[in-house]
Amino acid sequence: MQSKNLLELAGAVSSGAVRVVDLTFTLSPDFPVIVLPPEFGQAAPVRIQEISRYDGRGPAWYWNNVTFGEHTGTHFDAPIHWFTGKDLPNNSVDTMPAKDMIAPACVIDCSAGAAQDPDFLLTVPLVEAWEAKHGRIPERHWVLLRTDWSKKGWRDYANLRDDGAHTPGPNAAVMKWLVEQRGIIGFGTETIGTDAGQAGHFEPPYPAHHFLHGAGRYGLQCLCNLDELPATGAVIVASPLKIQNGSGSPLRVIALVSAN
Amino acid sequence: MIDPIEPPRRKNPLLRTRLPASPPRARSRTSHGFTRAAAEGRFMLQRCEACGAFAYPAREACPACLSVDLAFVDAPRRGALLAETTARVPSDVYFRERAPWRIGLVKMDCGPTMVAHLHADCVEGAPVLMSFQLDKSGQAVAFARPEGETPNMADDRQWREMTADPKFRRVLVTNGRSLIGQEAVAALKAAGAKTVFVGVAEPWRPFAGEQLLRGQQGIELVTLDASDEKSVTDLAADIGGKVDILVNTTEYVRPGGLLDRRGTSIARDEIDQAYLGFINLAQAFGPAMRMRGADGVNSSAAWVNILSVHALANWPAFGAYSASQAACLSLSHCLRAELRPGGVKVLNLFTGPVDNEWFQTVPPPKVAPRAVAQAIMSGLRGGLEEMYVGDVAEEIRQRLAANPKAVERELDK
Ligand SMILES: [Zn+2]
Repeated sequence: MQSKNLLELAGAVSSGAVRVVDLTFTLSPDFPVIVLPPEFGQAAPVRIQEISRYDGRGPAWYWNNVTFGEHTGTHFDAPIHWFTGKDLPNNSVDTMPAKDMIAPACVIDCSAGAAQDPDFLLTVPLVEAWEAKHGRIPERHWVLLRTDWSKKGWRDYANLRDDGAHTPGPNAAVMKWLVEQRGIIGFGTETIGTDAGQAGHFEPPYPAHHFLHGAGRYGLQCLCNLDELPATGAVIVASPLKIQNGSGSPLRVIALVSAN
Repeated sequence: MIDPIEPPRRKNPLLRTRLPASPPRARSRTSHGFTRAAAEGRFMLQRCEACGAFAYPAREACPACLSVDLAFVDAPRRGALLAETTARVPSDVYFRERAPWRIGLVKMDCGPTMVAHLHADCVEGAPVLMSFQLDKSGQAVAFARPEGETPNMADDRQWREMTADPKFRRVLVTNGRSLIGQEAVAALKAAGAKTVFVGVAEPWRPFAGEQLLRGQQGIELVTLDASDEKSVTDLAADIGGKVDILVNTTEYVRPGGLLDRRGTSIARDEIDQAYLGFINLAQAFGPAMRMRGADGVNSSAAWVNILSVHALANWPAFGAYSASQAACLSLSHCLRAELRPGGVKVLNLFTGPVDNEWFQTVPPPKVAPRAVAQAIMSGLRGGLEEMYVGDVAEEIRQRLAANPKAVERELDK
């Protein structure tokens, strides 16, 4: 690609011919995090502590100390996050190839199904139906599952009941198929995890984590504004913090979308 | 007989909020024997080990036999009111603002004659029951009340200065998820609290008992995560000016000590929740409480901490948790000193293992959450500073006084 094409892209972003859609929730202490039984180690919640705010602690400046777990807020999962990806090369956020941080996306709209059933599952036939309309999912594309889940209040968003969370996600077969038959670069959701709320009971448990990371692919979760993306043609920029040997990180996810 | 106090009206915004004044503070070191008694709700006097005579006020030698062998012991409370007087224009600012103020001379059945603050229903010549109370300076004063119950007894103006009765007051219970928090809410409502604000962290997580708290008159669920500075300051911005009593029901119990845990993440959670949570609450709510200590019937009155008795002696099975509690205990003494100019009491309740999920495998005796809630009420009504709730806490207190080393060895099992 010639450098003038890159400049053209920058110009299109600046002019609005390419729209930049922010797919990120604000990183805040009140955003729901993954719930594990309390006897397990817990993700540190997001905490923002003022160092100074134009006051006696620092008269001219405002800044904070921030703490959070790697898997809080809108965040990225690297292959090392799951046991299936633990022995892969370059499997952490600091060693993953930088070029994987920019890739196109296919957006599968399942908002109607998820509205009907909080345990809605994406299946191979549903993806095949999508492909019949929009074409085969190309290799090294993100598949983003649109459910409009990000529009819910926090309680409905987490949707915890006494038998666990009830939130939509992929079934096991479709994850294996997307990874092996379509060669996707990663899978993204609006919910707290890439897997469905009840995915601990699937075979294998947490199939999105299992198959994605086992094949060196990535996960994105807690995305929003997926309804502003076209079914095909958006380009996702997702560059996690370069945490040493990090299993993931909160990040700013943006999508570049042609305005016409 | 006294009239019941009226529910306070809304504040007149044209009037300045009266700042708290403090009654005289100076006491001799020996006199702090009474401070200790008052803090624990006991009535203790010096008694001569040689001749058995009780002495008052505090002395260095027995007034009967000059023996220096005087020890503070629990003493009979009964006496008779010999004489009374009413101070109408005292020179002290605190008493001048509260004049007329009744005091009297009480002849104790056990011997000494004591000057005491009087409940309005005390009658000359009639029997009284004596107690030591902590006044707004945190110092012990003798207080005489009628021997029997009288109508609206707890509403007495002078008595209410010594206590932190929840009646008509607005209370923040910081953690409504815990059983103790929920029992405290019920007990406070039953005690006549006007409003009980109930903190709920991460309100998107459902919890047992939630439905009972919702939709009840006088109970307001508020979002509060004590370990999150912003959550605490946001809530204080809303209700900080109308929290008269704060009951810190933070509960973060995890088993384990040092060597069998990996890393610091659990210890960090323990510190975040218990210790930093305490600091967040104190910084957000403390200044307004200190400032509102003389703000009428619903003045700010008390801060309650529920601490493990293992703050006093580490229990290795819950060793890191014990340490977090010890940190909170130390902090509570700092808070007590800093709230003192406002006349706001800090009540520490020490409990043994509570009958909840985290102490599931610990054999009884365990403290029922309801017993903790009831102890909070009696502590507030009695104006106490230290309470030991349940057999384990009481036993550890006594054994620590006898031989701390024995307690250390015996907790290691
Ligand atoms: Zn003597």
